[in-house]
Amino acid sequence: MADLEVQTDPSTRSVGDPLVVLEHVDKHFGELHVLQDVNLTVHRGEVVVVIGPSGSGKSTLCRTINRLETIDSGTITIDGTPLPEEGRALARLRADVGMVFQSFNLFAHRSVLDNVTLGPRKVKGASRSQAREQATALLERVGVANQADKLPAQLSGGQQQRVAIARALAMDPQVMLFDEPTSALDPEMINEVLDVMVSLAEQGMTMIVVTHEMGFARRAAHRVVFMDGGQIVEEADPETFFTAPRSARARDFLSKILTH
Amino acid sequence: MHSGYLDDLGTVLGQYDVLAAFWVNIQLTVYAGIIALVLGTLLALMRISPVPSLRWAGSTYVTLLRNTPLTIIIVFFVLGMWGQLGFTLGPDFPTNFFRLSVLGLAVYHAAFVCEAIRSGVNTVPRGQAEAARAIGLGFWPTARLVILPQAFRGAVAPLGNVLIALIKNSTVAAAGSVAEASGLMREMIENSSSVILGIFLVFALGFVVIVVPVGLATTALSRRWAVAR
Repeated sequence: MADLEVQTDPSTRSVGDPLVVLEHVDKHFGELHVLQDVNLTVHRGEVVVVIGPSGSGKSTLCRTINRLETIDSGTITIDGTPLPEEGRALARLRADVGMVFQSFNLFAHRSVLDNVTLGPRKVKGASRSQAREQATALLERVGVANQADKLPAQLSGGQQQRVAIARALAMDPQVMLFDEPTSALDPEMINEVLDVMVSLAEQGMTMIVVTHEMGFARRAAHRVVFMDGGQIVEEADPETFFTAPRSARARDFLSKILTH
Repeated sequence: MHSGYLDDLGTVLGQYDVLAAFWVNIQLTVYAGIIALVLGTLLALMRISPVPSLRWAGSTYVTLLRNTPLTIIIVFFVLGMWGQLGFTLGPDFPTNFFRLSVLGLAVYHAAFVCEAIRSGVNTVPRGQAEAARAIGLGFWPTARLVILPQAFRGAVAPLGNVLIALIKNSTVAAAGSVAEASGLMREMIENSSSVILGIFLVFALGFVVIVVPVGLATTALSRRWAVAR
């Protein structure tokens, strides 16, 4: 166990150049100012956990990074390139940004294997056998290779989410977005998903993770970003954030989720 | 009904080719159904597309065609397109009228197919499209590979209803001078008024025999093809 902690200690993993950069990002949902002048830089190889009360804008923030949500003003760049507005350029960018959803969103009419091979085949032009080989390896890596021929509905939530991670990884993304990946899971399945995410972090994947799993943040994150009311209120390394939050809002939020 | 009535009815039925007339209705249904399915799918894609002008064109089509009586559409195609504008689709009158009527039936039912498929699209959770876009699929690949296959499965029952309506509405082709079952029924009734009820029952039963299996089949298929979530 001690060995594992040494391995996973984020401070031993180095981070590189800025990869995802948000500058002065604003977004409204009608009257609601859901993102207010958000500035965030995520470096290559960095794992950033976004935490905050519901309605704080953290999921919206995550979804703006592959433009599933548009923004009203400000800029978002990935590897120095601004997000394209639409069309093929946007599709190409999305292929580079993996996304894992709260509700898994596996393609319900396709087998587990097809879910993972669809992107490489239809977007990257991989051959069927090539895509199949890669998908089998990925399913092996997330521990569901024996479920390859089943339909998503035949799998448990934890298995479905691990397939969803494999589906995103199949595109060889530069960065992975996780939008509350364990919030829809039964408690006994949360760890199997978090374990996959931790090992991904260990392998140097750049990750932006919206989650309330403080255990994951402590094990794998370089940085915790605390959001409230559409703003980034506080940023710190996990230990500092959880033990000595600077802002009153963060202290208030932590007191509510730490009491149990 | 005494046996004399049945004998009379039997004699009358023997003088006409009732099965051939029903066969025309089936042909009208199959051809119009295929065209309506293709056209209706395109219309549904237009209505869910991100392009405002396509959405507008799709919904205008549906509104116009769905709210026009089928008889008027058939008469427009046969008398308007052919009689007035000289638009022909076949070498002789029967073929021409048949094909124009198929077209009339198809454009009318395409509007209903469109709405049936759109109701199917609504059974597909939003997250399916988001996940498809997130792996880099554009609008058309997302529609073709992820949304439509699930939408069709969710639309089997409403599409079955459109097909049933189409089978029965194929009788309106009589207004386009196509020799189909309802036209033959009218002719037989005019010539043999003593057995009107018998003739009517035979034709009504004929349509029931065609329509009931379609309803049973689509219900069974919609269960079997339901997407497990």
